[in-house]
Amino acid sequence: MAYEKFNILNSTAVPLDIDNVDTDQIIPARFLKATERKGFGDNLFRDWRYNSDNTEIYSFPLNNNDYKGKILIAGKNFGCGSSREHAVWAIYDYGFRAVVSSFFADIFKNNCLNIGVLPIQISDSFLSQIFSQIDDDFDSVFEVNLQNQEFKIQNSGLKENFKISNYKKSNMSNGFDDIDYLLNKKDEISSFANKKRY
Amino acid sequence: MGKTLFDKVWDSHVIEKINDGPDVLFIDKHFIHEVTSPVAFVGLKNRNLKVIYPERTFATADHNTPTINQHLPIKDKLSAMQVKTLEKNCNEHGIDFWGLGHKMNGIVHVIGPENGITQPGLTIVCGDSHTSTHGAFGAIAFGIGTSEVEMVLACQTIMQQKPLKMRINIDGELNSHVTPKDVALYIISKLSSSGATGYFVEYSGKVFKNMSMEGRMTVCNLSIEMGARGGMIAPDEKTYEYLRGREFAPKSEKWNKAVNYWSELKTDPGAIFDKEYEFKGEEIEPMITYGTNPGMAIPLSKSIPSSKESDSNSSYKKALDYMEFNEGDKMVGKKIDYVFLGSCTNGRIEDFRTFASIIKGKKKSKNIDAWLVPGSHKVLKSIIDEGILDILTDSGFKLREPGCSACLAMNDDKIPQGKYAVSTTNRNFEGRQGPGARTLLASPLVAAATAITGKITDPREII
Ligand code: SF4
Repeated sequence: MAYEKFNILNSTAVPLDIDNVDTDQIIPARFLKATERKGFGDNLFRDWRYNSDNTEIYSFPLNNNDYKGKILIAGKNFGCGSSREHAVWAIYDYGFRAVVSSFFADIFKNNCLNIGVLPIQISDSFLSQIFSQIDDDFDSVFEVNLQNQEFKIQNSGLKENFKISNYKKSNMSNGFDDIDYLLNKKDEISSFANKKRY
Repeated sequence: MGKTLFDKVWDSHVIEKINDGPDVLFIDKHFIHEVTSPVAFVGLKNRNLKVIYPERTFATADHNTPTINQHLPIKDKLSAMQVKTLEKNCNEHGIDFWGLGHKMNGIVHVIGPENGITQPGLTIVCGDSHTSTHGAFGAIAFGIGTSEVEMVLACQTIMQQKPLKMRINIDGELNSHVTPKDVALYIISKLSSSGATGYFVEYSGKVFKNMSMEGRMTVCNLSIEMGARGGMIAPDEKTYEYLRGREFAPKSEKWNKAVNYWSELKTDPGAIFDKEYEFKGEEIEPMITYGTNPGMAIPLSKSIPSSKESDSNSSYKKALDYMEFNEGDKMVGKKIDYVFLGSCTNGRIEDFRTFASIIKGKKKSKNIDAWLVPGSHKVLKSIIDEGILDILTDSGFKLREPGCSACLAMNDDKIPQGKYAVSTTNRNFEGRQGPGARTLLASPLVAAATAITGKITDPREII
């Protein structure tokens, strides 16, 4: 059991309406020096959240007290760049359980699924509806239903489906990870390891 | 129906296809380094597991290590701790560890190929996105997260959805002063920084055929910068010549068997790709980036395009604000403070030869701080043996010791706030080379020309 089980999540959301957010912004390299998975949330979006003298940058959404919740709504092509899983650890550690965007980078998406953060990919138009919903009312609640693969704006009832493989869905809802699965495959693995191509 | 090179290698490594789920993929070779591995080893410990095939994993210290005085203890406590932890983990699990001072030490994607560990037809992973470099040999190589590092250590497998297939074909000849780096930046500028997300790329055509192995590595290295899982090039005589005699390459009878096997690793006629692009070698000019992702690149001779030509206005403006550049600005002639030659993109011996070819007999500009960082100890040794160090020294340049250095600025090599760096690396993200630093990606030739004049300079103008 590697992480919290995920089923239905009702929460307000934090908007981050910027495209092409790379993992160097999510967590800058100088904060990757830990040897344990602890305390990464403090440095989530470090250089966008704080000035170089460590004072808060008020215009950044994470510093705006109006915005809170377990869902991060992000612009297109979120999580591009470095493979650092620390980026997802920071997102998880900060308190997010789902990230919504109209496009995710591959490695980032895999990393999310591996540690129990749900990446929800929706259409560009639904994404802009969500941003304007939060603009109108920052207390808007959204519902994530993993079983039905649905993301819903509560008060309007508008919703869209998202994709996830059955395998990953069952992992997420049971809190299992891939190693739990792979440990049962030892024999097949060793027959591959013994294969000689040259 | 014919199979692509990618299909051949991928399919031969699938242990199981999970219905409506990922493929279980056997991994031949695994590289680890100090930054993305410690938590994976903690995971093993928590589950009470040993590394299943330690001889398939290779470890180096490169990401946060200093590039001067490597013989002294690492000053930064946290960095020292990470390197020590890696050494301890390797000892405990029987993994080869090539730490600081070891003659095989260097950047993970430089040492794999130069020691012959990287070979055609293998599956190779590492907790670093530029693992795509190894695809230059016709291997399937890609970056993974720490959870997956743990999977590979524990089970020598990972679980991945099979990516879609893309082919990028470039025929024709390259113009003079156009390097593999320019070819890659050109492709990314055409496809954008997310244009290949979900795909694995095969590069084909005369331009790649004619390229050296080092050049092919530069191109495959940058595949991730357009979002691709990885990139690969079919092995040929050049690949075999490069590998022959290297430490971990097959020897004697095994060598012949290997070459036989490798020679089948190419895309069959009629094989189908999900997407194909076609460019001409002659269209490509020396390139440079002006924004904050590698897709924001233009030919050196051009001006910064207007935001109207970009697909997301606000992010485009944000990028130019960060760089303090304006739409319509000319790139050539802009004042530069730092020049960085190095990284797994352009830190191999060929890159140092290229750099030296421009600066030979000239002096470094006084305005420029230049950091020249070889990709490995072997590269460093060749720089000395080939007399390149003398050329560098005569021109007023100093050489540092191997490592990732200012590519990600985890060590002391940080470009200061607000300064401009022409860098041969792979990412111009905000703050990538230090908080507030401004990076312009370019080839070693452009970097050399700029280091001589102190401003962005077209290498074709340097005689
Ligand atoms: S040189 Fe840069 S890109 Fe390459 S492995 Fe090191 S940090 Fe990663």
